[in-house]
Amino acid sequence: MTRKQRRGVLIGGCLAVLGMAVGLVLFAMRDSIVFFYSPSEVTQMQIAPGQRFRLGGLVETGSVVRDEGTTIRFAVTDKAKTLPVTYTGVLPDLFREGQGVVAEGTLEPDGVFHADNVLAKHDENYMPPEVAKKLKAEGLWRGGGEAGSVN
Amino acid sequence: MIAETGHYALILALGVAIVQTLLPLLGARFRDPQLAAVAAPAAQMQFVLVAIAFIALMTAYVTSDFSVENVWRNSHSSKPLLYKISGVWGNHEGSMILWVLILTLFGAAVATFGSNLPRQLKANVLAVQGSIGAAFLLFIITTSNPFTRLVPAQFDGQGLNPVLQDPALAFHPPFLYTGYVGFSMAFSFAVAALIEGRIDAAWARWVRPWTLAAWMCLTLGIAMGSWWAYYELGWGGFWFWDPVENASFMPWLAGTALLHSALVMEKREALKVWTILLAIITFSLSLMGTFLVRSGVLTSVHAFAVDPARGIFILAIMGVFIGGALTLFAWRAPLLQQGGLFAPISREGALVFNNLLLTTACAAVFVGTLYPLALEALTGDKISVGPPFFNLTFAPLIVPLLIAVPFGPLLAWKRGDLLAAAQRLMAAACVALAAAILLLAFSRRGPWLAPLGIGLGIWLIMGALTEITYRVKLLQSAPAEAWRRLRNLPRAAYGTALAHSGLGLAVIGIVATTAWRSEAILAMKPGETADIAGYTLAFKGVAPRQGPNYRERVALFEVTRGGEAVTELTPSKREFNVERSATTEAGIHVSWRGDLYAVLGDQLKDGAYSVRLYFNPLVRLIWLGALVMFFGGAVSLSDRRLRVGAPKRAQAKVAQAAAGK
Repeated sequence: MTRKQRRGVLIGGCLAVLGMAVGLVLFAMRDSIVFFYSPSEVTQMQIAPGQRFRLGGLVETGSVVRDEGTTIRFAVTDKAKTLPVTYTGVLPDLFREGQGVVAEGTLEPDGVFHADNVLAKHDENYMPPEVAKKLKAEGLWRGGGEAGSVN
Repeated sequence: MIAETGHYALILALGVAIVQTLLPLLGARFRDPQLAAVAAPAAQMQFVLVAIAFIALMTAYVTSDFSVENVWRNSHSSKPLLYKISGVWGNHEGSMILWVLILTLFGAAVATFGSNLPRQLKANVLAVQGSIGAAFLLFIITTSNPFTRLVPAQFDGQGLNPVLQDPALAFHPPFLYTGYVGFSMAFSFAVAALIEGRIDAAWARWVRPWTLAAWMCLTLGIAMGSWWAYYELGWGGFWFWDPVENASFMPWLAGTALLHSALVMEKREALKVWTILLAIITFSLSLMGTFLVRSGVLTSVHAFAVDPARGIFILAIMGVFIGGALTLFAWRAPLLQQGGLFAPISREGALVFNNLLLTTACAAVFVGTLYPLALEALTGDKISVGPPFFNLTFAPLIVPLLIAVPFGPLLAWKRGDLLAAAQRLMAAACVALAAAILLLAFSRRGPWLAPLGIGLGIWLIMGALTEITYRVKLLQSAPAEAWRRLRNLPRAAYGTALAHSGLGLAVIGIVATTAWRSEAILAMKPGETADIAGYTLAFKGVAPRQGPNYRERVALFEVTRGGEAVTELTPSKREFNVERSATTEAGIHVSWRGDLYAVLGDQLKDGAYSVRLYFNPLVRLIWLGALVMFFGGAVSLSDRRLRVGAPKRAQAKVAQAAAGK
């Protein structure tokens, strides 16, 4: 093989792998991205039932109800709008009423958000930055600078 | 007084670091060897000063000096001693000091043990290393001073986040940082080579042990983090494709590529420009990891700092070093002479393939990690890119590489024979395929790809064995002869085989636990039983217990398998009084089959408890594999050729030159 051919093989191989990677990334981007919405945005927008997204806000005080089995119902609020949520499973340690929460799942036709994953971070004062930002944007921010600190 | 000493030492260290950066560069400019010679003692001095600061902070923690704000925020007098010590790096300020401590340790190591390095190269390397130290010391002193006093002093501290009070996590940051910061050596050598415009095989011999040591520590650090997340977070998963995990995984991928391309450079003087670029990229990814984790742009347990000034400062440091290094690269790289030619099918070709796929996979992880941040900055849309994305992109890119791994060591340098290599690997391929087919026939559930994944892992292990048996000619020669060869085989060959089979073990563990994991979420009352993966768990009830700095509720499960008692599991929920927060402690039973994993949830209204049970088959192989990779690196590092080869050759050259005159 000449030097030129060798270089050709090398460049061809690189392009093939890169092309494959770009294709995979674009394909995966289409299907496996999850948007983050607040309850207000959810009520404003038309979200197709079955589309996965993350719902973020505060767990409304007094809304947590335990059904039979391990199903839990609660409501997520951003102080403007509130959305009912149902979740089956074990809640994170720091899931509390009045605290920040992020739930991932789908909105069903009955208007209830069916979560299959609930995240609450490990801190008393913790509020997901997304939620803090939304609350700030909506002028409902009352916390101090403490809010993002995790330790 | 101790805190002030530490603060003072930090400021002195900054001064020394600036001297260490400027004088050697001036020395190189004006050809003054005395100026260049300042670098080595400066690097040692800088290490001593940062070590004083670190010890001062540690003393404040151990003695619970709550007049220091950092100690007050992150410690408590009732904490066990281990966590008082690990609390030093369990917060933003302290962890940055640890970062710089390791950085200066590497610099001091080059200054002390690098007496055989060419003088100019050594001075330049230490100058670059000094500039990184100066930037981070300036960052600590101006935005993250851990020695700030608290007036008035507090009686007791606020405690350390309970999930961080854990042995694996106590050692996770030091290892991870040694890995991150260890790549700074490769970076400094790369930049020094660019400044000189000259690079040779001896350069690669110098860089490779440092890169290997960094890579080993990073491997172990990532494995510890994953192990901790597995048993402490109570989700039973080992990897979440969380941005913070990716931040440590990307330098690992790039570092693995660097390790292999440095090999080509050392042996064949090829891929010079690429190796330099890879060294810059690897450390850039380490810097980016530090930025992502420390700036608070990501939501995670690690996001200590939310002060935007800090994020911008680290971003500026990143910009200067990455931008500067890449500019220098664009300017000077064309000066570097290209080395040995090779055919596409050859050891070099295999290592290029390795590099190509590793860097592409790294790029895919990079896109998935940074795309949400970029999108939010540009459009304000908030998205998250989860595991499906990474599984879809990373797996297809890495599988061809895993298939190719056993071929690499069997191909000759310069021009290899693929067919001959394939013939030698026939036995390994047969074993792997047979295992896959047997599993496919007997596994009743799980995806059909899973047996192939297990086969791939076995292929890697058998391939590594094949390489050793081939090199000692086990089957063609008398046992005594083979034994002699086995003993004389360079340790680097064993290191390669160990590291590759460690990879195989990890692949088996990952595939098995992903495909055949059992999960059950139940509401259980005391007296009830549950079945999972052939085990029967009888729930006996929940009892309170008092720990050193927490109270806990402990559940008792009696586990039987086929009527025989196996073990008792005691998952618990801990309430930490000081920190006013709770953690979940999983109950885990380890067997050769896998882990039985139980988590206690909340109490429900009718006296039942929510309980989560998992069976994770072969999950331990993941961390065992990482450990084997670590030892593979250690064995390779102990190779005599790697340790004394470079200096010997340099001395021989000098002697020759002297004789020639």
